Amino acid sequence: MNYPSNIKIINVPCTGRVDILHLLKAIEDGADGVYVAGCLEGDCHFKTGNVKALQRVTYLKPFLEEIGIEAERIQMVNMSAGMGIQFARIATEFTEKIRELGPNPVKADASRLAAS
Amino acid sequence: MITAERKPMDEIMESIDGCSRILLVGCNECVTVCAAGGRKEVALLASALQMASMKKGRTLDVREMTLERQCDPEYVEELTPHIDQVDAVVSMACGCGVQEVARRFKKTPVYPALNTKFMGASEGPGIWAERCQGCGDCLLGLTGGICPIARCAKRLMNGPCGGSTSGKCEISDDVDCAWHLIWERMKELGIEDRYEDVIAAKDWRTGRGSGPRKILREDLA
Repeated sequence: MNYPSNIKIINVPCTGRVDILHLLKAIEDGADGVYVAGCLEGDCHFKTGNVKALQRVTYLKPFLEEIGIEAERIQMVNMSAGMGIQFARIATEFTEKIRELGPNPVKADASRLAAS
Repeated sequence: MITAERKPMDEIMESIDGCSRILLVGCNECVTVCAAGGRKEVALLASALQMASMKKGRTLDVREMTLERQCDPEYVEELTPHIDQVDAVVSMACGCGVQEVARRFKKTPVYPALNTKFMGASEGPGIWAERCQGCGDCLLGLTGGICPIARCAKRLMNGPCGGSTSGKCEISDDVDCAWHLIWERMKELGIEDRYEDVIAAKDWRTGRGSGPRKILREDLA
């Protein structure tokens, strides 16, 4: 199965390892969107790592809105390691959603600033 | 510890409007514990401020530092090498820290990034509640270790008011009735017979009521 080539995958042992700062820095460094793919709810290998990841994504969304960046650019999704087709589908759907939102407003302005 | 929460972003951004270089200073003590102004929160706010500026087509140079404490002059001194290179300091400490930085560096404006809230303790991960109001004359020994000044909405000294319902204060279901807690604690301690001992009218002069306070320890000065 195929998924869009513009997705950069960062592997972590558990989505509980993903910190709010990682998400924010990814956006600052130019990512148009970040999604955190964790285990299915209730199935986290480390008990509650995926729950913590969801809490952090939820915390960051209004913070992003406060600085003028769309909250939809970050998202938590849940899937198991065996769900290859869903992985590809979510990758495609998320890419489409981000395409509709347009490029990262910070990246766009930063390059405009550099050009001027 | 002292608890605080970050100010809304638009308020922080408005205070540094016009600055192109700022020093963002965190504190490693209370505000780290309540996840408002520690090293991580400094990094988060620096990133957010830079992005917010970029969106407006400006660049903002944010230098990040986290001091051990901002309420001791010895630590504030560590900011000296950086102060002349910035337009303003944004402090992520409690009000005490903001003022100490302002006191030391008189030519550089210092802006608070947090709203300081209360002296409190942790009730669980991510939950802090008010426990002490610094009355200056602690009577916790008389009330089984529960403070009627900080935890009773009316600061009653001798039992609950008529609004106490099912152990909750009439102001909100989320607020325990302090005197209900005191009664339950006294039962656990086996000192119910002391519940009706009258606590005399409080001399509030030891508290904020008589103006800003100071402690002087001559053996340490």
